[in-house]
Amino acid sequence: MSEPIFSREYLKRRSFIELSARDRAKCLFDSQTGRELAGPFDRIESPWLPLQNIVPQADDGCVVMKGIIGGQQAVVIAIAGAFQGGSIGEVSGAKFSSALDLACLDNEKGVRTNAVLLLETGGVRLQEANLGLAAVAEIISSIISLRKFAPVISVTAGTVGCFGGMALAAGVSSYVVMTREARLGLNGPEVIEQESGLEEFDASDRSLVWSITGGRQRYNQGLADVLVDDDAEQIAQTVRHFIARGIPTVHRSEQVDRYRSRVAALDTSRQWSPEELYAWANHKRKEQP
Amino acid sequence: MTEPAQPVTNERQRRQSDEFSGTRGRTWFKALTGRDSAMPGDPQSVLAADVFVGQKQVRLLCVVPDLNGRFPCARHGQVGLEEAYTLAARIREVTEADREREKRPIVAIVDVKSQAYGRREETGGIHLAAAAASDAYVSARLTGHPIVALIVGHAVSGGFLTHGYQANRLLALDDDGVLIHAMHKEAAARVTRRTVPQLDELAQTVTPLSYNVRDYAKLGLLHKLLHVSDPGSPTAEDIELVWAEVIGAIQDAMVRPRDLRNRIESEGARTTRKASRLVRARLMEQWNR
Repeated sequence: MSEPIFSREYLKRRSFIELSARDRAKCLFDSQTGRELAGPFDRIESPWLPLQNIVPQADDGCVVMKGIIGGQQAVVIAIAGAFQGGSIGEVSGAKFSSALDLACLDNEKGVRTNAVLLLETGGVRLQEANLGLAAVAEIISSIISLRKFAPVISVTAGTVGCFGGMALAAGVSSYVVMTREARLGLNGPEVIEQESGLEEFDASDRSLVWSITGGRQRYNQGLADVLVDDDAEQIAQTVRHFIARGIPTVHRSEQVDRYRSRVAALDTSRQWSPEELYAWANHKRKEQP
Repeated sequence: MTEPAQPVTNERQRRQSDEFSGTRGRTWFKALTGRDSAMPGDPQSVLAADVFVGQKQVRLLCVVPDLNGRFPCARHGQVGLEEAYTLAARIREVTEADREREKRPIVAIVDVKSQAYGRREETGGIHLAAAAASDAYVSARLTGHPIVALIVGHAVSGGFLTHGYQANRLLALDDDGVLIHAMHKEAAARVTRRTVPQLDELAQTVTPLSYNVRDYAKLGLLHKLLHVSDPGSPTAEDIELVWAEVIGAIQDAMVRPRDLRNRIESEGARTTRKASRLVRARLMEQWNR
């Protein structure tokens, strides 16, 4: 092995991943302006989990905070990956879409309000099944309503990743921010292995998993806008940067012809190496090692 | 056309595909449009047609199995990369064409097994494809196209989010062959560490867990349950009744708000989605405090 690399910079950084959902949300706001809404003291818990002998949580694993980011009004919605795998239940889902709708109303009244989504989630909470799925549909709809007025920035940092229906939420966002540790995909590797067999996907092969859905790959193939370090200050700066940049001319999920023709050009008789899809990236970007 | 590849299946999947007939979508598409084919250049798995109802043109869309499809994991009625981008393209085509004129209604006939679970799909960013289709439906709805989803068979998970769940109005046949859920039963039981009988028992008290469409109707998401005499091979009266209900739903959608608030303000939601309503009210109270 080579000499251990000692980086003072690396040691000085404050990990974003290691923060709780609440602290992650808080650290994005200008000078402590973040104020939590419908927080744990409001005690709106899942009505469905206790019926299944599962202990609910007073915030249902979703933190909504409103304040100022980069001098503009913003709402941050943070999912806690540690509670039920960051899954979307009735309450967390309703917090999510209601906060987006209120931001949309403010924009309609002329108060520019941006949204930042901290997505550490496996998707729909299966213990609340149909209400989780319905909530995700509402979240997607609310993001699309809001992004006409102000950018919706999604950030996925931790190893839980962003999966299931919530990957569609990231997909319709204005900007997608990821770390190397994060993953973004519709189906988790275990589900693919279970449904389509080991020869299709070996979920125990972690390097395979990250090579396909990991942040570096998503950035290199143009499905994420920026790759950041697990550094709270760098992530906050990136969020401010996209808020200042505003709404993109065209959202990624609106570019149907572009992506449809790319899919049409793929040789489906075999699996592809992830590098083959680097050509999808639209603007000149530094390839990320 | 390439040879159909050996389907990747295991015991479990075979049982599941038995439950999913995969024929209802095509049957109803044919019954309502008199047609049975994809539009030029589209994969055979997406049926699309414009039909005149009185003076008005309506676009109908349906995803069906195609055993010769290019993608091995999307041949049995799953929504994969091609299906999602084709839906998106066929919806965007309508919104573009109707930009300066009366907005054509769009009817999604839904019988989807699920999203496609495959390695090619994840590598190619199926989350973005699904997002693009959702986006197209939402954008069409927000610009005033009335959208109705007619659920004639399965409407499961990411497949439903991609095709149908963004409609203004959801209609479903009142029939045991209709299944609306976040995940197929056996997979859901496994993920939540339960047996199928345990899941069935819980579903008696936990409404959102139920696989029965009559329980789904209690959640307040559905506009109407339709009673037909033969859901698997509709009679002339069945077809007439369903068209009348679809037109009724289109007319209803045209005079109501374009967002999804009807799903939370409905009679059913007032009893079943109390927690969602409480969250919404609390956030509204605290938003400007």
